[in-house]
Amino acid sequence: MTDTTQGAAEPVSVSSAWQLAKYGLVGLLFFVLLLAMLGWVTSYSAAGTRSTQAVDYATNTITLALSTEPPQLDSTRATDMVSGMLLGHTMEGLLRYGPDNELVPGMAESWDMDENGGTFHLRNDAYWSNGTPVTAHDFVFAWQTALNPDTASQYAFILFPIKNATGINEGEIEPGELGAKAVDDHTLEIELEQPTAYFLKLLAFPTYYPINEEFYRSTDGGYGAEAHTLIYNGPFKITKWVHDASLRLEKNELYWNRDQTRLDAIDYAYILSDANATLNLFATNKIVYAGLNSENLDRALRNRWHIKQHNDGSVFFLEINHRPDRITSNYNLRRALQLVHNPSELVYKVLKLPGNLPGESIFPVWLNGVEGRFRDEYPGPKYIINEEKAREHLAMAIEELGVDELPPLVLLSGDNPVSNKQSEYYQRLWKEKLGIEVKIDKQIFKLRLEKMTTGEFDIVAAGWGPDYHDVMTFGDLFASWNLNNRGRYANAEVDRHVAIAQSSSDPVERMEAMDRVQQLLHDDVAILVQYERGSVYVSDDRVKGVTRRAVGLDPDYTRAYIASDSED
Amino acid sequence: MTRYVLWRLLQGVITVWFIATVTFFVMHNLPGDPLADDKAVSEKIRANLEEKLGLDKPVVEQYFIYMRNMIQGDFGLSFVHENRRVNEIIRDHFPVSAILGILAIVIAGFGGILWGALTALYRNRWPDIVIILLVILGISVPSFVFATVGQLVLVTMNNLAGFEVLPVAGWGTVAHMLIPALVLGLGTMAFLTRLMRTSMLEIVSSDFVRTAKAKGVPMAQIFSRHQLRNAVLPVVTVLGPSIAGITTGGFVVENVFGIPGLGRYFVLAVQQNDYGVIMGTTVFYGAFLVLMVILVDILYAVIDPRVRLE
Repeated sequence: MTDTTQGAAEPVSVSSAWQLAKYGLVGLLFFVLLLAMLGWVTSYSAAGTRSTQAVDYATNTITLALSTEPPQLDSTRATDMVSGMLLGHTMEGLLRYGPDNELVPGMAESWDMDENGGTFHLRNDAYWSNGTPVTAHDFVFAWQTALNPDTASQYAFILFPIKNATGINEGEIEPGELGAKAVDDHTLEIELEQPTAYFLKLLAFPTYYPINEEFYRSTDGGYGAEAHTLIYNGPFKITKWVHDASLRLEKNELYWNRDQTRLDAIDYAYILSDANATLNLFATNKIVYAGLNSENLDRALRNRWHIKQHNDGSVFFLEINHRPDRITSNYNLRRALQLVHNPSELVYKVLKLPGNLPGESIFPVWLNGVEGRFRDEYPGPKYIINEEKAREHLAMAIEELGVDELPPLVLLSGDNPVSNKQSEYYQRLWKEKLGIEVKIDKQIFKLRLEKMTTGEFDIVAAGWGPDYHDVMTFGDLFASWNLNNRGRYANAEVDRHVAIAQSSSDPVERMEAMDRVQQLLHDDVAILVQYERGSVYVSDDRVKGVTRRAVGLDPDYTRAYIASDSED
Repeated sequence: MTRYVLWRLLQGVITVWFIATVTFFVMHNLPGDPLADDKAVSEKIRANLEEKLGLDKPVVEQYFIYMRNMIQGDFGLSFVHENRRVNEIIRDHFPVSAILGILAIVIAGFGGILWGALTALYRNRWPDIVIILLVILGISVPSFVFATVGQLVLVTMNNLAGFEVLPVAGWGTVAHMLIPALVLGLGTMAFLTRLMRTSMLEIVSSDFVRTAKAKGVPMAQIFSRHQLRNAVLPVVTVLGPSIAGITTGGFVVENVFGIPGLGRYFVLAVQQNDYGVIMGTTVFYGAFLVLMVILVDILYAVIDPRVRLE
């Protein structure tokens, strides 16, 4: 039956195929029409990416990709790297970091500081991008807003050196009582809670940027959510922000130091989290910069691109849980882990991404000390591997804990390829060297944070990035009062030295106190430092004058320029 | 007809309410703290945040507040994009996903019907074998592979041509849409091809085709009027859910091609415990899916006169 039908159909299948081809053609025509229509609708809504090259000589513009959409650009509440980078290009505090990472005058032309505070003289030629002058009131307003408990700023703590700041943030003191007063439009007086040697360095941080009160109120709660609900006092201004698609910076002609801005525009034409896709854009000359990871490094090598390295300033460490109900509160167990801890092996044989440095101290190598680098002046203790001694300590730990066999250690870690590699390395290392079983608890970001806060871990792979260029940005991390001390490490001696370094104005005394802290953290095995993170990237060599920093605005394009062909 | 549509719409409203309720309570029991971030904050600040986002009230009370606002068309605030309303996020990003989705579904629909008909026509001969092989590939390879490979092809093509044939990523012109829409529609197209082929072959041996042949209707006419039109019915049935699936499932494609669609928000919100966006997008997509299914049911009656809408 089927056979006869099939047989009968065959001679005419040609005409049927023609019929089908006709339908196909109609379909194709319909599709093209639809495409044209939708294309028109989209271009009409102006959400588009302009098809420019990475470097555009005619318009003096460079094109880049952002890795994520900034959640919002309200400087009192910004916390992430992308927001910080964009704010650094479009806003300016009293001071800013210069090309050689030194502090240079920003909105403040000059200042007189002593132990208890200081007076800042604002320049007369500083304007917001809407033409209103930048005044001392703008700073007072921004700081009071950030400290107001209703704002719920995560970075309020960075303002705490100012008198009454802590009290305001806790809702006990009125914001008007803040130790920062506008004497007149161009004079700002700051009173400190206690001497703070590194206060000037804080002034370049986004939370310290000014906000114009009148404009802020006019946005009716939407400040920083769109390009038009912001005004700018920095080298660039945001002229277009299409959420999750693109963001464009153009030179701010009202910026006081506009002569040093050499690019006319920076076009973040793509918002892309996919590292391979970003590299594809670089490969086709669409963007001037792309970060590399261990997966696509090979491709960059094969293409013989010029691969560059940069120390991004952060330190990664295994944070140990010191809560008394955890076995890791046992010193001998921690000491045993420390005696097999080998950061070089981790960096060179496991992570294998150029740029990472084996870790030794919570204080990274680039931090400044008294005169030179802190770690040159105070090298700190080193990890010495001794398996035999490690096993002795382990035996002592087992006896002290009163168990026959150690229960498995819970290693809390992130859920990404780098974290996986690391966790598996430690699992193998501790099993092989010490016979300790490890249970890896892999969690996405929010879940990991929750477990870190509630203490559901023995060891967690953690990291810390600097906020300002002073040892204190790492130094107080393991003070017992620090909420970011998720392992609840508490040592009165560490606390005492942190307090000294916070309030002393004598650089030598401060650095010695910090040296004691790094020594104590090591001796007590508070943490196991893993590595200082480096990043590897490719960038267009036609763009010059880009500053990379471990702390502060990075990458800094405020002085960048496109090299003319003759300069190449 | 009108009564039927009204009845279906009422059912739809109940379904959406059910989706909203289940999502709300499941979401509040998700592990992970929506307010946790890199920097730890004091109890006081945390309490303030909870108050601002309404998390300080009992969950049942939060539910009633949410439902009341939702009926008024207000999905509330995003937790991550602090100053943006969920309504704005949907308004800004859904059209992009929709455009991509429409193109993908058109590609999938037309492609599926054509390839399916072609394979049935040339059953067990080489066009059939080649296409079915591709179909198996299309069904089994996940979309992120297609997306990555598709983009690599673009890179190679542009580099070989020496100019930009089609852009590698981004959004805004027709050229940006073509490859992402194709990648997005590929899986569905493969699925529809197979469906169409089976349905065509079933109809070849049906009574009315035999009758048409017996009374001497030209073969091409039998093919287009009797076979094709009848075989297309099952394809239309699955088209509705496919439209919703494609429009919501664009996450991977949007991510790789840097397209500002709603799919990214939909997926990332769950990872970030962004309650506002989870609720908003789920309810919105739920309503969208329900609407599509109703539309397809109505369309069914138009194509097949045997179906009566009662």
